[in-house]
This record gives sequence, structure tokens and C-alpha cells, in this order.
Amino acid sequence: MFDWRWDFTWDILPRLIVATGNTLLAAGLGYAIAVVLGLAFALAQRTPYRAVTVVVREAVEFVRSTPLVLQIFFVFYVGPQFGLRLSPWTAGMIAIGLHYAAYLSEVYRGGLESVPKGQWEAATSLNLSTARTYFRVIIPQALPPSLAGMGNYLVGILKDTPMLSVIGVAELMHTANAIGSETYRFLEPYTLVGIIFLLISLPTATGIRLFEAWMRRKLGMI
Amino acid sequence: MNSQDMSGFPLELQGETVPMVSFRKVTKSYGNLVVMDSLDLDIAEGEMVTIIGPSGSGKTTVLRMLMTLETINGGVIYVDGKPLTHMPDGNGLVHANDRYLRRMRSKIGMCFQHFNLFPHMTALENCMEGPVHVLGLSKKEARERSEELLAMVGMADKRNQHPSRLSGGQQQRVAIARAMAMRPKVMLFDEVTSALDPEVIGEVTNVIRKLVAEHHLTMLMVTHQMGFAKDISDRVCFFYGGRIEEQGAPEELFGNPRRERTQQFLSAVKEAI
Repeated sequence: MFDWRWDFTWDILPRLIVATGNTLLAAGLGYAIAVVLGLAFALAQRTPYRAVTVVVREAVEFVRSTPLVLQIFFVFYVGPQFGLRLSPWTAGMIAIGLHYAAYLSEVYRGGLESVPKGQWEAATSLNLSTARTYFRVIIPQALPPSLAGMGNYLVGILKDTPMLSVIGVAELMHTANAIGSETYRFLEPYTLVGIIFLLISLPTATGIRLFEAWMRRKLGMI
Repeated sequence: MNSQDMSGFPLELQGETVPMVSFRKVTKSYGNLVVMDSLDLDIAEGEMVTIIGPSGSGKTTVLRMLMTLETINGGVIYVDGKPLTHMPDGNGLVHANDRYLRRMRSKIGMCFQHFNLFPHMTALENCMEGPVHVLGLSKKEARERSEELLAMVGMADKRNQHPSRLSGGQQQRVAIARAMAMRPKVMLFDEVTSALDPEVIGEVTNVIRKLVAEHHLTMLMVTHQMGFAKDISDRVCFFYGGRIEEQGAPEELFGNPRRERTQQFLSAVKEAI
């Protein structure tokens, strides 16, 4: 009943390994965008300009309340109507980067709010500028409590990269689908994709925990 | 708050002896709760003034307003003859903008009840941060200045420790060095011994004594250490209900308080000891 073919498995493995590179690239790029943009969103919600905070807060809420796959379709297929013609990769990175930026901004917000008010007051008493206060005093302290949440979303974005297959980004899922439609064999490609995701996710999660501990030590917090 | 009449407040304080700090009719309120009621207080250059009083009397608010951590609702605070909370605009005073505040604030330093050291920086880095990034000193100069100050507060050997490795008294001494590294003209001490274990209070008060003896600083201190206040102050102000109820030389105020509320407060404090 279990028709697993090893020769076929070895045949398709190289193709899937190449696609794994694309998956890692997509997750890495998307996450890099999300990390930076998410911080910008979080900081924007703390400015004294009410218009800015309201617009950003609503935008974040909007992104968090709609499905990622819809956002990917939207950027890729609706974008051209507004003169925004993007390659699948670019559209995919914008969509997934924005999506996770919205989630990360909430993680940062929690981290930023966990820094005691006295730290702000000390920075003011030393006359540090607002930008310096953020980058030298507040963000370094907001980071350790944010790391666990950030790590969860790193694994999350990795697992969401298959969504990019819907607009033709040649990552793992897309490649497995292609193999399936060429050969009518789905057991091996999909099983391999699952194993590959597992082999990436588990060490990533462990790595994040180690990094978090290292960071706390380095910042003198334990 | 912008509608108040600013005509009674000069653009600059002039005269023979301009006070280093001058509160003129300063009012602060949260909604209907008035925490500072038209405060008038002058502090001369080099003077050490201590504020005492029951909790909720507005003692700490005085320091926080001067450090610009609180905005005020009325009146003007002057530092070194120039307005701090306001800035000249034409012939009148308007609320100070951030740029003006940053320039004026550099004259003032503050130590807090809970030290507020930056936990991710070593003692030395805490002291160097301001001199390097605000005053624009070279790292070498800032390091020399900071090491000198850490030695003065007896923390030279702990300069590479993070705050989490230091006791409360040690952290407070580093905080004093950090504030001093900015070379302020006015130093504010906000209950700097209140969060400390009794046996380490002395190490902090001794540093403050040293500052009084060796530096020509203007100081404003809020404390519950009555003995220390009596020894060290040029003048003691007793606050009650957002106003100065009584002020005078320490021997006078502690030895012969005139107002009933002062007498009550001082006898209550004595009983506690």
C-alpha cells in the first residue's frame, strides 16, 4: 500500500535542494524587510503626531486582519492596474515583508513599552536627543524581551513562504507541485518538503533561544 | 496654557546678584489637582537647598519641573538668568521648543531615587555616553573625565561592571558620577537614598558631602534624611500642599520651627527615628 520509490526520491532531491535555497532566500529577505519596517511602524506609533500614529496603527491593524495570500495576490495582480508591474519575487517580498512587519511592530511595541520610564528620564537628564535615546538606550533594552516573539515570527515566515508559490516564486512548494504535475507522484516530493521544513525550523528555534540567552548576557542583564 | 499673561516675566534676569535658579509663580496641575501652587523660589549660585515635607507635598515635582521632565502650567523658571521653560520671542516669552530646551537643560544634572542607570552599559559607559554623544568630547577625553569622577565616588575599580552587578549604593554613586560628567551648574538629587539599605546610605551621602566641599555647584535636594539635610544645607524648605510652608537656615528650621505644620512634621519624623 505504501509505494515509496527511493530511486525517484534521489532523482528529485537535487531539484528540491535548489528550491530550498529559494525558500531560505525568500524567508531571509522577507524577514529582513519585516524587521526594519516593523521597527519603523512601532516607532511611528509612538511619535507625538497624532495623524501619523493613527494612520500607521490602522494600517497595521488592516494588514493583521486580512489573509497573507490575499495580500500576495493583491500586490501581484492588482498592482499592475496602478502601474505597479512587479516580478513574482518583488511582489512576494513586498507582501510577505509588509505582512510580517505588521506583526513584528506589535512585538516591538511590547518590548518598547517594557522599558521603564526612568530610562527615558535619565536620558533626558543627560540631554540625549530623542534618536540617541531610542537607539542607544531604549531599543537595546527593548530587544531582549522582543527576541522570543521575533523568533516565533522567523519560523512563521519560513512556514508561510509556500504561499508565494501561488504567484510563481520557485520555492519548495512550487517545485514540489511542479514535480507532482510532471510525474503524477506526490508522496515523495511533499514528504521531502515536510522533512526539509522540519530540518530548518527545529534548529532555527533552538538557535533563537541560544541567541536570546547570549544577548541578555552581553547586555549585562543577567 | 498659552493664554497666560507673560507680561510680568522678564526676558532675562538682571541685577547684581542673579539667582542660579528662579521659580516665578510656577504652577503645575493635573486636571483639577494643583500640585504646585504659584511657587516662588530663588536659589543662589553655589547654594545647597534641601526640600523636605510629607509625601504628596510637591517636593519631587520641584526637581522634575526644573529638569524639564514635567511641563508647567503657569509661571516661568529661570536658570542662570535665562528662562528655561520659555524662550524669548520678539519682546515676550513663549513656550520653549525642543531645541531651546536642549540647550538650557545642559546646565542641569539630576540623580534619581531609583538610579536609572542604563543596564546594558558598564559604569564607565554610563558616564561616557553623555560627554561623547551630547557634549561631543572625544572618547579619550570622555574616558579620562569619567574615570576621574568614578574615582571620586570610589567606584574606579568597578568601572567595567554592569549595574546589575552593583549594589544600590554603588549604583547611586555611579549615577552621581554620570550626572557630574556633564559638568552641570545645577545638580538635583531626588531622594537619592530612599531606595537604599540603611547601611549603605552613608556611602552616598558622603559623596554628596564631598561634592559640596570640593565643587562650586548649586544643588537642590529632596531627602528624608533629616540629619543629613541639617548638616549639609544652606537652606531648608518645608513643603506642604504644593507650597513652601516655611523655609530658613537648617538650625533655625529644625531647631525652632515657627509654623504648626512644620512642627507637626518634624515631631512625626523624630518619632519615626
